[in-house]
Amino acid sequence: MWTWESDILCVLVLLAWLVGSVYPQALSGPGLGPELLHHWNNSGYSVVSLQWISVRAPFLTTSWTLVALFSALVFHLSHKVTSIVPESALLIVLGLVLGGIVWAADHIASFTLTPTLFFFYLLPPIVLDAGYFMPNRLFFGNLGTILLYAVIGTIWNAATTGLSLYGVFLSGLMGELKIGLLDFLLFGSLIAAVDPVAVLAVFEEVHVNEVLFIIVFGESLLNDAVTVVLYNVFESFVTLGGDKVTGVDCVKGIVSFFVVSLGGTLVGVIFAFLLSLVTRFTKHVRIIEPGFVFVISYLSYLTSEMLSLSAILAITFCGICCQKYVKANISEQSATTVRYTMKMLASGSETIIFMFLGISAVDPLIWTWNTAFVLLTLVFISVYRAIGVVLQTWILNRYRMVQLETIDQVVMSYGGLRGAVAYALVVLLDEKKVKEKNLFVSTTLIVVFFTVIFQGLTIKPLVQWLKVKRSEEREPKLNEKLHGRAFDHILSAIEDISGQIGHNYLRDKWSNFDRKFLSKVLMRRSAQKSRDRILNVFHELNLKDAISYVAEGERRGSLAFIRSPSTDNMVNVDFSTPRPSTVEASVSYLLRENVSTVCLDMQSLEQRRRSIRDTEDMVTHHTLQQYLYKPRQEYKHLYSRHEITPNEDEKQDKEIFHRTMRKRLESFKSAKLGINQNKKAAKLYKRERAQKRRNSSIPNGKLPMENLAHNFVIKEKDFELSEPEEATNYEETSGGIEFLANVTKDVTSESGAGIDNPVFSPDEDLDPSILSRVPPWLSPGETVVPSQRARVQIPNSPSNFRRLTPFRLSNKSVDSFLLADGPEEQLQPTFPESTHM
Amino acid sequence: MGVSHSSKEAWERESRSDFWWTQIQEGFRSQSDFNWDQIKQLHQRFRLLSGDQPTIRPENFDYVLDLEFNPIRSRIVRAFFDNRNLGKGTSGLAEEIGFEDFLTIISYFKPLRSHFSKEEAELYRREKLRFLFHMYDEDGDGVITLQEYRRVVEDLLSANPQVERAWVRSIANSIACRALKEAARVSGHPRQEDQPYQAITFEDFVKTWQGIDLEVKMRVNFLNQEAAAL
Repeated sequence: MWTWESDILCVLVLLAWLVGSVYPQALSGPGLGPELLHHWNNSGYSVVSLQWISVRAPFLTTSWTLVALFSALVFHLSHKVTSIVPESALLIVLGLVLGGIVWAADHIASFTLTPTLFFFYLLPPIVLDAGYFMPNRLFFGNLGTILLYAVIGTIWNAATTGLSLYGVFLSGLMGELKIGLLDFLLFGSLIAAVDPVAVLAVFEEVHVNEVLFIIVFGESLLNDAVTVVLYNVFESFVTLGGDKVTGVDCVKGIVSFFVVSLGGTLVGVIFAFLLSLVTRFTKHVRIIEPGFVFVISYLSYLTSEMLSLSAILAITFCGICCQKYVKANISEQSATTVRYTMKMLASGSETIIFMFLGISAVDPLIWTWNTAFVLLTLVFISVYRAIGVVLQTWILNRYRMVQLETIDQVVMSYGGLRGAVAYALVVLLDEKKVKEKNLFVSTTLIVVFFTVIFQGLTIKPLVQWLKVKRSEEREPKLNEKLHGRAFDHILSAIEDISGQIGHNYLRDKWSNFDRKFLSKVLMRRSAQKSRDRILNVFHELNLKDAISYVAEGERRGSLAFIRSPSTDNMVNVDFSTPRPSTVEASVSYLLRENVSTVCLDMQSLEQRRRSIRDTEDMVTHHTLQQYLYKPRQEYKHLYSRHEITPNEDEKQDKEIFHRTMRKRLESFKSAKLGINQNKKAAKLYKRERAQKRRNSSIPNGKLPMENLAHNFVIKEKDFELSEPEEATNYEETSGGIEFLANVTKDVTSESGAGIDNPVFSPDEDLDPSILSRVPPWLSPGETVVPSQRARVQIPNSPSNFRRLTPFRLSNKSVDSFLLADGPEEQLQPTFPESTHM
Repeated sequence: MGVSHSSKEAWERESRSDFWWTQIQEGFRSQSDFNWDQIKQLHQRFRLLSGDQPTIRPENFDYVLDLEFNPIRSRIVRAFFDNRNLGKGTSGLAEEIGFEDFLTIISYFKPLRSHFSKEEAELYRREKLRFLFHMYDEDGDGVITLQEYRRVVEDLLSANPQVERAWVRSIANSIACRALKEAARVSGHPRQEDQPYQAITFEDFVKTWQGIDLEVKMRVNFLNQEAAAL
């Protein structure tokens, strides 16, 4: 482990040095490239030419990004380090070191965090990510609190800090400075706002309870409007000059606050509406589907920036409002893409921001030191933050259902981190108007470094010491979800009955409105059906079944390749489902996780999901078989010329689909023939299968399914099975549910033919003991097929000739496809393990 | 709440004159969970629901139009008449309930008082859970069977009009099955394939709620006004 780290560290430093030493030269002149080339290439055409100038800017940007990403990689090699020191602090320090190296190499400040870079490219992904994965219910449940802190709290911070500094300045403690009251207020307004990037970065590692988190985080997002307005107002006042400011201007300032905040929100909502509407119709362009999400949200940011409204509010609310509909509309693959891309962009931006903050600080030109000013700023922002929090909480606790306790208040005051937004704003200042800009810049940098490094470092021990109610890491259990749903209804009913209009009442009304109108407009018809939370629970159940089965296998030692901390925690594999509420459930988890580790985590989850898919064929659970594969409509994409080859997952789905049909066919056949198998044989089969599976690992090879399917369907006809025909009727409808419902009917009609399907029998008064006694995958009807196959031992050697005779074998073993087509996978049986490090 | 000041006074004058007033006082005496204002407010609502009758019958709840869309409407209404919730017996439904009973039911949703000791809080919690348990356990045999659980899930699912009935039924079955198994695991029952977990007893029910902040979930905002009033 250590050798690895030190190796990479060496490479990193080397890389930084290289980039750092090349960069200034590249900037300072035409560069060495062309001259060298001219020197070489005086005679004739050159085969290889070095196009340094043309690629200089993107090349260097990319190199710096690479350095930042590498550093993140290094930090996460040792979990110990990141668990003590927040990554943001490490990155700032690294930035300082790198900046120092560059400075030492060539006395020029290299890359700095420019406001343009920050506001247009680095900030939007982070905020969009925050909005898109916002736990909506938690957010709106605490909206009042958040708004109070964001608006009143920020104004309070700005005013008190600015005025107090001015007061001290008047007393002469700071010496001679060319600043007036307005400059101080301007500085106060930009230093007042709690920074979303810093808060996210630090709080993610500190796992405080979700209410506390959402309050601090929500505040940091929503205070943007206040910051923007205060900043703009005071900047224009400074430009005007103190004596020319009239009362009218002040009123205008107040009005502009409402315009900026509400306007920004409105822009966000409008774009969210557009986005939801667009994704409703993108099912034929699955490839570019995720693109819409990013482009339209980014457009909302730019639009409100153009209209000088609050851009952060716009993109936040765009994410918040569209998440439900977009997640329901887009396909599962697109949802995964969106999720990964968003996380990647956000964590990448965050990394770059903090590193560049460090690098930017290494520039003697911007440093102007004034001990009194810097220290007093630090003191004032901390003290006034604490006072503000206590005052506001005192008011809020009279109305809040969940009281904010003293400990929470301490964490809230202490968690008021300042960050890159303040820095970018202060850099934006015009030196001609604000004479002491450099002092402001250096003070801001000190404040940012102090809050991020010192407070970020100490907040975790503080939380532990104060024993703040930590967030629970476990996923909600099924029972809890059901009860929770029941509670919503009970509470709103009690409010209805007792004639009160409360929180639950409003929520109820909104969800009714949503169901009646919004969802009808914004969601695909099929998505409307499946969006019910309980249906999502059901969706999860399928996965859970598979997982618990796998876990069982693992206990027996045959499926050790799948990670399973505990069966309880495995309920939620809903990263794989694009359903709104399940995602919502896991969002808080996602948000709380370190952004960069989330990627890792999600990867392992994805791995796990794939493993599950992989083991599905072992799980002969009716539910699984019938519900996990996709509706037929999606397979049609295979034949579309507009589509690229569908990915492995889809192929696996398809595989499962056909396998299921085959199995049902065979059981149908064997039921007719009277073949009966006992449980023991089934178990034997399972163990063998598990063993085999372990050897063959993930069957994501290329499956020649089209032809097979064709053959298969033709053969099926002999047995008069209705699925193929029935399924084709549903090609037009895109939803899984219709198809599923259809299957249910099939099963009912089939059940007379010998397949006992307890789970889907419509019989109202079904014997419960049957349901719970016999695990569905052990039901006699299903054991027939596997044991039949189990008898025929398939040699485990991969050989391509099987490709030629897939159907003959297919009756015997579904493995034959996998073995025939995925020999390369067999070479790495421990592949999934490697992702867990 | 929706009543102007003068009419409220008028109402109070009127109330004082007849037997409603005694009823309010009765209610106040029996229910220490509510303060005076809340009692009056609830009483006003009670009269509205009952149509100025001393008791409420299940059909009176039809008056509440907002309830119409509630998928578990019938369960909630029934909970108001459940003898177990009213503390009047171990099973069966009351035909009609008076104001005091009405208060008893509403008081299940009272927030926990901060000065409660740990034991009291636990007792309170169990009371609330018992209310929910009774809502699930329709036949009053002290356990939630699979069928009962399934019907709850069905009811919850029926909120979505686009889902077909037959399908709901099968899904509900599957979910309920799963939930029962989970409950068995959580409550620490030995897991045996041949000895299925049949039904959830109240003790097990309480166990499934471990770690859930019931206080946040099972309370209605307006009942917390006391904190502001004090």
